[in-house]
Amino acid sequence: MFGFTTKQLVGVAIFLFMIFIGVPLIIGATGRWDFYFTLTSVALLAIASAGVWLTFYIGRINIGQGAFALIGAYVSAILVVKAGWSFWLSLPAAGLFAALVAILLGLPILRLRGVYFAMITLVLTQVVTLTALALPITNGARGISNIPLPSGISVFGIPILPDFAAMENTKLAFYYTACIIMILTYAALYRLVNSRLGHLCRSMQQNEELASSIGVNISYIRIVIFAISSFFGGLGGAMFGSIAQSVYPSSFQVADSVNFMLNCFLGGLGYVFGPMLGTLVLYFGWDLLFEFGKYQMLIYSTILIIIIRFLPNGLLSLRFGKGGDK
Amino acid sequence: MSPLLQVKNVTKKYGGLTANNDISFDVAENEILSVIGPNGAGKSTLFKMIASFTPTTSGEVIYQGERISNLKPHIVARKGVVRTFQETTIFKSMTVRESVVVAQHLRAKASLAGYFWGSKTAKDDVTAFEKYADELLEFLGMSEISNEQASNLPQGSLRALGIAIGLATDPKVLLLDEPFAGMNHDETMNMVNLVRSVRDERGVTVMLVEHDMPAVMNISDRIVVLNFGEKIAEGTPSEIQNNEKVIEAYLGSVDDEIGM
Repeated sequence: MFGFTTKQLVGVAIFLFMIFIGVPLIIGATGRWDFYFTLTSVALLAIASAGVWLTFYIGRINIGQGAFALIGAYVSAILVVKAGWSFWLSLPAAGLFAALVAILLGLPILRLRGVYFAMITLVLTQVVTLTALALPITNGARGISNIPLPSGISVFGIPILPDFAAMENTKLAFYYTACIIMILTYAALYRLVNSRLGHLCRSMQQNEELASSIGVNISYIRIVIFAISSFFGGLGGAMFGSIAQSVYPSSFQVADSVNFMLNCFLGGLGYVFGPMLGTLVLYFGWDLLFEFGKYQMLIYSTILIIIIRFLPNGLLSLRFGKGGDK
Repeated sequence: MSPLLQVKNVTKKYGGLTANNDISFDVAENEILSVIGPNGAGKSTLFKMIASFTPTTSGEVIYQGERISNLKPHIVARKGVVRTFQETTIFKSMTVRESVVVAQHLRAKASLAGYFWGSKTAKDDVTAFEKYADELLEFLGMSEISNEQASNLPQGSLRALGIAIGLATDPKVLLLDEPFAGMNHDETMNMVNLVRSVRDERGVTVMLVEHDMPAVMNISDRIVVLNFGEKIAEGTPSEIQNNEKVIEAYLGSVDDEIGM
């Protein structure tokens, strides 16, 4: 079916079952309701990480996804609070606006390669933070708070999405929403990587000169990929703002941008689903080490270094072997 | 018949250094033309300008009546002028077949979105690409290594892979950068035959930059000789072998290569 093997379909089915039925059951049984928030965060961060992974796929190190997440969060918040849009409309708008910014920024900076591109993107998060502090529309350091919960949507009187404010369990609703968006993101990413655009990206990642000699418009594809990447960043950021019901200039910081990149490294740059696993492990890993108090950072960093040293192809290489199939 | 490709007064300066000075020559359709010259004569620079990998300082390259210099490489490739590289420039972590399939993307009929959604045109494209890749690899005698990872290939096969990638784009003019470098006599002869069959059976006009004089004399219809960025001679292999200026340029370090 759809060109997938039975094994892959079974894997996807188990994964979906776990997310939508398994997790709520476990949480219901253990009473750890706070896990919903954690898992929702993982799902949203995984969406942004998927974008970073995509820029890796054209051979660019992107340490600026926090910038686009922040842009997305602000755009959505402003549209909802100041323009009175429905959250569900502001969500794609946030993604598109982030993509637009990525196109404008990408035109000059995507010409850079390797560490030079990485350095520029590292600055982006700080630039957006400072911009948010300075602009009147973002309320400066006070940020935008009291963002209303997503309202319901109905077409011709038939409710399609429920009103979150009227719900008893918004945590569960946000969890499902985040998971659905994450699954759509990764499904799109999987298709993209396994379609012609993905093959062209791979050719560019391996050799841009040779790619252009076979007629690949490398500057165009770079921009398209960076825009898609930032779209994911904006999407994740917008969702985050909605859950936290507030956005501040410090909502996404340089450290977050670095984490998005680490998620990709940790999961495996060669695997589409690498960043998803990486985000989960990194997020929970950090929390689990909380008990070590002031040594938390030390242990965390040491483990990361060891993993990257001994598993340069990421955690998924344990399962699939070096350079295995996606 | 008007020439397929014309190099017209092409000059390239890097700061104070003149890599190519006022070079002009024509390339006829279905011809094998070699550009030779001592190291640093500006051969590779000339190739880069023809394929628009670097802009000319002045002068222009005309292909089928259109200027192709000072454009972007992918635009020139789409018009049918494709260059190959020396062996290190390959898609390292793709197999031979994958490389040849991806190199055919210019023939794609379906849009990128069509591929994303998996439209019928896109599926037909993929089938056609794979079929043609197998044909091409068989033509080049590479069927046996088609599933080999490019980074694992020996030098001779890498060169052939470079040509396979170039040919997969369906070029009218193929620019080969030192296709015989580092090969022994037998490998060189195989490659000479291969390049010739590319011209004879696929109707591709071939230009090559090369140091291996016996091979150049064997394969070329005509030869252009560069020295210190200037064109010093142009003609058939026998004319070149007897050209005073060429002998002078090669005298000393590399005169035995020319076989005189």
